[in-house]
Amino acid sequence: MSSSRSKSSILDKPLSKGKGEVSLALYALLFSEIVQYCQNRSHSIQELQNKLSEIGQDVGTRLLDLYFVRERNSKREIKLLNMLLFVKSTLWKVLFGKEADKLEHANDDEKTYYIIEKDALINKFISVPKDKGSLNCATFNAGIIEAVLTKGGFPAKVTAHWHKGTTYMVKFDDSVITRDKSLDDR
Amino acid sequence: MSRQTSRLDAKKVNSELLTLTYGALVSQMLKETENVEDVNKQLERIGYNMGVRLIEDFLARTTSNRCLEMRETADKIQQAFKLYLSMQPTVTSWSSSGDEFSLVWDQCPLSEWVEMPNNGLKYCALIPGAIRGALQMVQLDVQCWFVQDQLKGDAVTELRVKYIKRLEDAVPAGED
Repeated sequence: MSSSRSKSSILDKPLSKGKGEVSLALYALLFSEIVQYCQNRSHSIQELQNKLSEIGQDVGTRLLDLYFVRERNSKREIKLLNMLLFVKSTLWKVLFGKEADKLEHANDDEKTYYIIEKDALINKFISVPKDKGSLNCATFNAGIIEAVLTKGGFPAKVTAHWHKGTTYMVKFDDSVITRDKSLDDR
Repeated sequence: MSRQTSRLDAKKVNSELLTLTYGALVSQMLKETENVEDVNKQLERIGYNMGVRLIEDFLARTTSNRCLEMRETADKIQQAFKLYLSMQPTVTSWSSSGDEFSLVWDQCPLSEWVEMPNNGLKYCALIPGAIRGALQMVQLDVQCWFVQDQLKGDAVTELRVKYIKRLEDAVPAGED
């Protein structure tokens, strides 16, 4: 369009320290608009949640590298448990100001983990209508987790559920569990 | 039990979360909408909806009085930028009649890390929408448009705000 495109690309700028803050009210309103935007384009709760997750994944994809470079000296995690702890602690702390409350492993399924958060920031101002009881807008966060794990080399499906607050159910690919075991054996 | 040390003020969120969430929304819209003009319009609309509700928060927090002239209004808008986006635009370029001014900034949390497609997208259309929505709720009808945009290669981003008229009767919220 214009001939004088900006000279410095984003890659030429120094990495921000990530200490900037903006108003929660503004963020909550933006998120509510996002939910409405998705709702207008979907016919079912499932569809709405898929869209929210998709937008979350867009965010997660961009967070993955940013946080490993900035918070972890560019060292990626290769162990499953450490990766999950990274999500629960580092990622959540930097992104939402507090760690997620709990990380649990399903008793009956080694592929399944739960990340539990009592009060998800994103749900703070959201009241779910009675006829949409199963809707959990923290599916957006589930999307963030899914992208961070999957793009970090731990393919997984993540869903959000109402259980002890919000529980993110992480189901890893079989290959992830197999690989992690072989790392243990060495 | 995990630690619950909170780094952030309870009323604040990490600005990167906003940056990326907004970016994800815009790119989602671009994917789902054919026409860029429609995306611009939708973003403006979203901003408008937000502004309509943000003004209440603003009035509650700042206990502002009614503004008697546009210069006061401009100050309040500047204050709102600080409060909500932690940025400080400069108010400048007043028209001689005092009913039109510019807000100029060189950094905005919404437009961090953005690389623009070359298609006429108004990435920050949310902001003029929010100003229009907020002012409408205090009976001011204004027009806002971008004169310069950093994302399109200009040195700064300049948003022009023009006073149109005073709305005599308050319009019910959410309606055009």
